[in-house]
Amino acid sequence: MTVSTIPKDPLSMQYRARLRRFIRWLRSPQVILSLIMLAVMFYMVIIPLYRMLITTITFSENDLRYAPGAVVGQFTLFHWLRMLTSKIAMIMTFQPLMHSLTISLGATTLAFLIGGSMAWMVVRTDMPGRKIINVLAVVPYIMPSWTIAMAWKVLFNNGTAGGVPGFLMFLTGTAPPDWVAFGPLPIIISSALHYYTFYFLFVSAALMSIDSSLEEAAELSGASRGRILRKITFPLVIPALLSGFIMTFSKTMGTFGGPNILGVPVSYYTMSTMLRSNTTMLAFGDAFVLAIILILFSMTTVTLNQKIVGTRKSYETIGGRGFMAQKTKLRESKYILTAITVTFQLIIAVLPLTLLIISTLMLHSGVYSIDNLSLAHWIGASDVKINNGEPGILLNPAIWRGAWNSIRLALFTAFFTALLGVILGYAVVKGRGTRLGKIVEQLAFVPYVIPGIAFGAVYISMFTKSVGPIPPLYGTFVLLVVVSVAKHIPYSSRTGVSAMLQVGRELEEAAAIAGAKAWRRFWRIIFPLTSAGFVSGFLLTFITTMRELSLIILLVTPSTAVLASMTMRYIENGNEQQANAVIILLITIVLIGNFIISRFRGGSLKKGLGV
Amino acid sequence: MSVAIRINNLTKRFGNVTAVNNVSLDIESGSFLTLLGPSGCGKTTLLRCITGLEDPNEGEIFIGDKLVYSSREGISVPPGERDLGLVFQNYALWPHMKVYKNMTFALETQKMSVEEMDKRVKDSLAEVKMSGYEDRYPREMSGGQQQRIALARMLAYRPKVFLMDEPLSNLDARLRMDMRIELKRLHHVTGATTVYVTHDQVEALTMSTNIAIMKEGVIQQLDTPDQVYHYPATLFVADFIGNPKVNILNGVIDEAGKVNIGSFKISANTYTKTGKVVLTIRPEDITISTEPVPDGIEFTAYSVLPAGADSSIIAQRDDVELTIREMGTCKIRMDEKIWLKINQDAVNLYDENSGKLITQ
Repeated sequence: MTVSTIPKDPLSMQYRARLRRFIRWLRSPQVILSLIMLAVMFYMVIIPLYRMLITTITFSENDLRYAPGAVVGQFTLFHWLRMLTSKIAMIMTFQPLMHSLTISLGATTLAFLIGGSMAWMVVRTDMPGRKIINVLAVVPYIMPSWTIAMAWKVLFNNGTAGGVPGFLMFLTGTAPPDWVAFGPLPIIISSALHYYTFYFLFVSAALMSIDSSLEEAAELSGASRGRILRKITFPLVIPALLSGFIMTFSKTMGTFGGPNILGVPVSYYTMSTMLRSNTTMLAFGDAFVLAIILILFSMTTVTLNQKIVGTRKSYETIGGRGFMAQKTKLRESKYILTAITVTFQLIIAVLPLTLLIISTLMLHSGVYSIDNLSLAHWIGASDVKINNGEPGILLNPAIWRGAWNSIRLALFTAFFTALLGVILGYAVVKGRGTRLGKIVEQLAFVPYVIPGIAFGAVYISMFTKSVGPIPPLYGTFVLLVVVSVAKHIPYSSRTGVSAMLQVGRELEEAAAIAGAKAWRRFWRIIFPLTSAGFVSGFLLTFITTMRELSLIILLVTPSTAVLASMTMRYIENGNEQQANAVIILLITIVLIGNFIISRFRGGSLKKGLGV
Repeated sequence: MSVAIRINNLTKRFGNVTAVNNVSLDIESGSFLTLLGPSGCGKTTLLRCITGLEDPNEGEIFIGDKLVYSSREGISVPPGERDLGLVFQNYALWPHMKVYKNMTFALETQKMSVEEMDKRVKDSLAEVKMSGYEDRYPREMSGGQQQRIALARMLAYRPKVFLMDEPLSNLDARLRMDMRIELKRLHHVTGATTVYVTHDQVEALTMSTNIAIMKEGVIQQLDTPDQVYHYPATLFVADFIGNPKVNILNGVIDEAGKVNIGSFKISANTYTKTGKVVLTIRPEDITISTEPVPDGIEFTAYSVLPAGADSSIIAQRDDVELTIREMGTCKIRMDEKIWLKINQDAVNLYDENSGKLITQ
């Protein structure tokens, strides 16, 4: 008798083979890195979110003040009911939500109109001076987002909410109406003027990547300019418009500076300022309800948008490959257009700074005369009559400590973020097509849709107590670094991925065959070849962290205060001129940092933004 | 002859696509084996499985006596420990390193002394006629020079087996010819087992000691270039190899043992086969005369394409079209009557259904 079938391997052998395969899988570098990144992101994003949710449904000691019969540590829906159904729900939740939405949508639309049309003019018309427009477009991004809001106040203050009259009132003698001086309109305008940079960069990159033959084909078929723009060009740049939308929307939803300067004085509260006022009263349960609503709202909007356009590519943006595009001829009007655009850019870049500088040089604000000029706010000794006795900012050790904190925070954050970016890039690119790679990529996206102030709020709940081996971090400098790094994960992952995609797969394979172990391959081959991406990521993070406010405003303490948060404290104490001086100092440091970092290895801000 | 690489029942799938399908293959020590086939036939995947850059789903791979991959045992030795070298299609020189560093990268891993490394670099560069290029960056050299450096980089660490993945396909026609000469010379001098992947049949025929022709993840024929050319095992191989393409005709074997093509008959060795067959004849195995000859079949010259060293003539008769290759410049005019004689020994017959060569 013969047996024709091959006998099956014994079970023990099958298990041994499976175990060996599993160990090999576990030891491959992208799996190790992916798992590390998962752990990091789990710790930095998922656990804090979970802790925040728990806080909203548990009584804490601080709740005893206003929640009758509360038992500390007990489950309760008190906070949710209070914020959503009680008599104060309107003022505490729904009004701020409406205000936030108004500002977000308003600012996003306005930023789109400015940035989009400017991009089209620069890329697709023959107008002169395109280079200078390109350079000037990035300037607002370097300034803190609330710079324009502060300048607005210097210009338009009408005394309604106290303070001294602004320049305009001094020049014209009449007070600007309230709706110009405070509230939604100025907040929308000042935010849009800051965020239009995103639209400009994304849309111009997308326009540059469109093969102009697509448009020429339409033109040959007899379509008019307007029709081509609507039917061909516009649909092709939709993904870029969407990335601009998501970025601007989620940023403005959580923005704190502008609403705090131009909204709070007239009791125009947004989600972010309401959140802050709740946390200053230690009503964390209530504050976190707001934070969660804010997060849900932002996430839903972003997801809906992606569903409608039907692509996640929006987030990656179209890469800029230069086609020789046919330029629209503008004839004589082109010089006028250039003049308008450049003037506009100069106004929003230079005028706010000039106003701020002038205001810091006036001893008493609101007194417009030559004798009032003084350097007291910069280098004056402490005087009880001005600035509540605070010395000039350059003589104030607290300012220097703040500056040092800012620089330290920006450098640490930039370094860790750029490092995470390279690692994430490697893990994601190598893991393309595997389930693990997909999870890592999606998880890295999460902080993107959590508005800044809510993200900061998440960390209050996380680190007031020790978690596992990690000590309580609340009030420490480390926490600021952690939150900043975590918030930057999506950006760093994008920079990392695009840098990694530039490195051909076979370059690493050649090293593997040459016998180099993963560690050596990474440091000798991958890292040197992605270092431009590393520097760009570093630069972008450095700048955004230096002037970040919304994210850390809830987490700073006097000893960890940074320049950005100090401006807010000065404003709230009524020392507005010193606040303005601090902003000028902050921008100066950013410019110097930008100059130094971009010397290295061809890093650039635009590259860091992934365009 | 000992076996340098042994592959048993290797299968590699990407999702639903089976790139390599149950392939078994022995590669003799010192041979130059070419994996040849159209794009997507699995040749590169098979090569990558040998290197370890790709993990197969099933099967075994031995390099020398060493088991480097086994799905049953769950073993897969990392690429760096398989003692083989690979030359990539796009060279894969590390752009941030000079030639010297590129070449010593692998040697550093082996903890070699500086003097020894210098000597290795010098010797290897001399071997590819690139002496003196140690301090160049890859981008400072032409494509052909980069390819030579890529080759030298592999030579420097003296692997047991040379693997090459379409190394010449990024070069222009002239450089390709030069490199063919060099590669064949290199194999002759070093005697190293070489596995070479290409879709270019001329490269395969001119350089290899053995050719494995692949289609849809399966090896169709593994044989010497001569056998592959003259006795293609399947119609696919017959059609794939040869330029101009082989003539393929449908016919029926008659009582006299000749193949009936319709209005004429071709003598062939039909063995015991009867009924419908597919007949192939290479263009150079047909001779032309401009006058009637005994056994000559009358055709009309449809088109004549002289190319200097040789000429192609397309001949027609009813709905049958034949391509003939003749040495030298052809004097036949188009639409002229011609008489063709077919070399009976060069005719191959294939089974109509399986497409396999009829041998007995």
